[in-house]
Amino acid sequence: MRRVPPTLIAGGVLVGLVIVAAAISLIWTPADPGHVEVSQRFRPPGDAFALGTDNLGRDVLSRLMVGARNTLLIGIVTVLIAAGLGVPLGGIAALYRGPFEAATMRLADVLLAFPAILLAMLFAAVFRPSTVTAMAAIGIALVPVFARVVRGAGLQVMEQDYVTVARTYGSGQLWIFAHHLLPNVGSVLIVQATVAFAIAILAEAALSYLGLGAPQTTPSWGRMLSEAQSFLSQAPLLALWPGLSIALAVLGFNLLGDGLRDLLDPKLVERVAAQA
Amino acid sequence: MTAVALTVENLTVRVGPIAAVQGVSFQLAAGKRTGLIGESGSGKTLTALALLSLLPDTLSASGHVIYEGMDLLTLNERALCRLRGDRLAMIFQEPMTALNPVMKIGQQVAEPLQLHRGLSAAAAQAAALRMLEHVRIPDAAEKMHAYPHQLSGGQRQRAMIAMAMACSPAILIADEPTTALDVTVQAQILHLLSDLVDEHGSTLLLITHDLPVVATVCERVIVLYGGHIVEEGTVDDVFSAPRHPYTRALLDAIPALDEELPSRKLAAIPGSVPGLGQFPPGCPFRNRCPRATHVCETMPALEGDGHRAACWHPLP
Amino acid sequence: MALHLVNRLGWLLASLALASVLVFTIVNILPGDVALVILGTAATPESVAALREQLGLNQPGWIRYLHWLAGVLHGDFGASALSHSDVGPLIVQKLAISGPLALLSAAVAMALALPLGVLAGVHYRKLPGAAISALSLIGIAVPAFWAGLLLATVFAIELRVLPAGGFVDWSDDPLGSLRSLILPALALGLVQAAVLTRYVRSAIIDVQREDFIRTARAKGLSKWQALRGHGFRYAAIPVVTILGIQLTSLLVGAIVIENVFVLPGLGRLLFQSVGNRDLIVVQDLVMLVTAAVLIVNFLVDLSYRLLDPRISAR
Repeated sequence: MRRVPPTLIAGGVLVGLVIVAAAISLIWTPADPGHVEVSQRFRPPGDAFALGTDNLGRDVLSRLMVGARNTLLIGIVTVLIAAGLGVPLGGIAALYRGPFEAATMRLADVLLAFPAILLAMLFAAVFRPSTVTAMAAIGIALVPVFARVVRGAGLQVMEQDYVTVARTYGSGQLWIFAHHLLPNVGSVLIVQATVAFAIAILAEAALSYLGLGAPQTTPSWGRMLSEAQSFLSQAPLLALWPGLSIALAVLGFNLLGDGLRDLLDPKLVERVAAQA
Repeated sequence: MTAVALTVENLTVRVGPIAAVQGVSFQLAAGKRTGLIGESGSGKTLTALALLSLLPDTLSASGHVIYEGMDLLTLNERALCRLRGDRLAMIFQEPMTALNPVMKIGQQVAEPLQLHRGLSAAAAQAAALRMLEHVRIPDAAEKMHAYPHQLSGGQRQRAMIAMAMACSPAILIADEPTTALDVTVQAQILHLLSDLVDEHGSTLLLITHDLPVVATVCERVIVLYGGHIVEEGTVDDVFSAPRHPYTRALLDAIPALDEELPSRKLAAIPGSVPGLGQFPPGCPFRNRCPRATHVCETMPALEGDGHRAACWHPLP
Repeated sequence: MALHLVNRLGWLLASLALASVLVFTIVNILPGDVALVILGTAATPESVAALREQLGLNQPGWIRYLHWLAGVLHGDFGASALSHSDVGPLIVQKLAISGPLALLSAAVAMALALPLGVLAGVHYRKLPGAAISALSLIGIAVPAFWAGLLLATVFAIELRVLPAGGFVDWSDDPLGSLRSLILPALALGLVQAAVLTRYVRSAIIDVQREDFIRTARAKGLSKWQALRGHGFRYAAIPVVTILGIQLTSLLVGAIVIENVFVLPGLGRLLFQSVGNRDLIVVQDLVMLVTAAVLIVNFLVDLSYRLLDPRISAR
């Protein structure tokens, strides 16, 4: 009997909030997020503007909602890149072993030494900063996370008897990869994906804050924070909302990952009973 | 009537709502060696842990465990810490994991002496060395500075025995001490154990699933099944004339050494041991017992004089 | 043991070499831009060609790579394309700010995480354990630069006890320098502490389930004595390995935090160089940070093998 872990519910709610906000923003926001009205600048939270206005009189809540879109987009694309590259790499390493495996894992180790933000700064310096450089850098930086996990779980799967059986009736490596390795690695992958998503959000927020991510025309939570910094003494609340959004989104994905891990791991009670 | 070292009354160990050990009562005669036989799932390890109040936090124990007039289950942790390692000692099944892998052997063996006898580090080390020599570990002086993984399985178990006997405890509980060892080493360890407890006058409770081990070492035997004691008596009585069908079946399952194989199929007990909480109500053995009737839906009491069995249809 | 050390050292050097090739390749993927960027609006085809010749940009890639590598190994990091000052001394100067910042942050993180993690692990089923665990979960979700902003709002702007940015030189006013580092180190350290606490807690929880802890208690040690005498030594192993990984995030966090508080350290230099597309500086700094990470991980790997006698036996 598997009870749904509370962390899963809490994480699901938070992530759901972000998704809903982003989805709704596609068709409606309380106000036009780009509408500049200097006479309305620095309004405190109230009826007209639920969370107040920023230094250009723009509605904070609307900008947050649109920013959610950016956050989700970055998360999805980077995780897809990382998984798209990392899973095959890890899978091949587990399947073929030998020098390829050693080389791949060394490469992964070196790649781990390049934090996403550092790589993004490198790309930004060379190619000019943009959402694309940010996503590419974060995606590449997260590849080792997936490669190692898939290789580790893959090695365990390859030890199993059913793989040996599959080989005896001539299944090719690709078949084994698709039908045996992937399904059994699936649960671990999903958990890793949520963790990677959380890391991606934090990295992108830092990059946007530094101005190395989304361009100025796209509302992003990180950039909203850097704009708020200039007016910290006049309107300190402006720094609260975007940061809170980032924290809640990251918390949501972390909780989701924890909850999924709890759900998919064997329970402690069975272990205790086995000791009798 | 020999003195009683330990009295266990109505001991029940619960895992959540399920009772893994139910109403177990027995006595350990001072200076004697008693075996506790059971398969995995019988509750034997939990019984042992309950005696020293070392059960994991998620389990609870009720009943009475009386040592020198004190009920151990009611003592606070400080009082228990004074007794453990000093008067009551325990050795465990897997010495590789039961010993601290990142601490030297000498230090681990010396620890109870420092704790309970107040010896200085140097004095405790010297005493530990003597203990290691006493348990016949070769090159004991060198082994003092070795780590557990550098010793063989048998040597590790000897070190554990040295550690447990260092303070000459009144009662030694040995939980499957030879199960993880090679057969050839098993006999050596069992002899060592017997010699040491005799030498220190300690009472031994030997827990195992292996009948020949009990036959070799012990004077009395308790048979555990499904958390209940089903038979109890001297080793001679129980093994030559078992009264409980389960004990009979256990003995039948052991092929005789002088038998010409394959003269018959190994006599296995039909079915398998149920998991926790899945024993049938009443007598736990009734769904595998050839003599079971509807009367067995009620748990029988342990009856007899000296040689006791809990069965509605005991063997004659 | 010695053979193992040589083996690991070999891997370190190989990783460093690989990293340097990667960095160099990425930076120099667009060969033309360096000269164009430097000259900016003053670029004419002749001046660009002349500068390219001067900077040796016309040589084949692998020669330029070896040139750079040789220079770095001799302490010559080249010169900034924009300011024309030598990068080497610049790095040393900035290190005087970034170094103490990193150390202070690490100190804050460990001072908080070790006791709190142990507490959370020992009492993991009770209120203090659950509370600390919840706090750390929130902590890891907080971006360090946001924490910095919040701290600055409270302490610098509202309470006015600490500076909101800027840095006084060590030689001028050491106490003032220290004050400038407090808020940034706190912001970074608190967030790092949250991450570290989780690992310490989980290591402590795991070790309490080990058989040898039960043996220690059977010898008469109390739960706490068993943990202190036997558990900590064993739990240190996974914690030390984590410290190495933590350093990476500490360095990256420092880069961002320096920009929040306008501290003229290596992080700020990197950021400015990226903005100015001063590729030589960027190349050097990225390589420096990467090398630092690889070396620290190497050291952590060594210490891990020292801590666990089971491994060094091989």
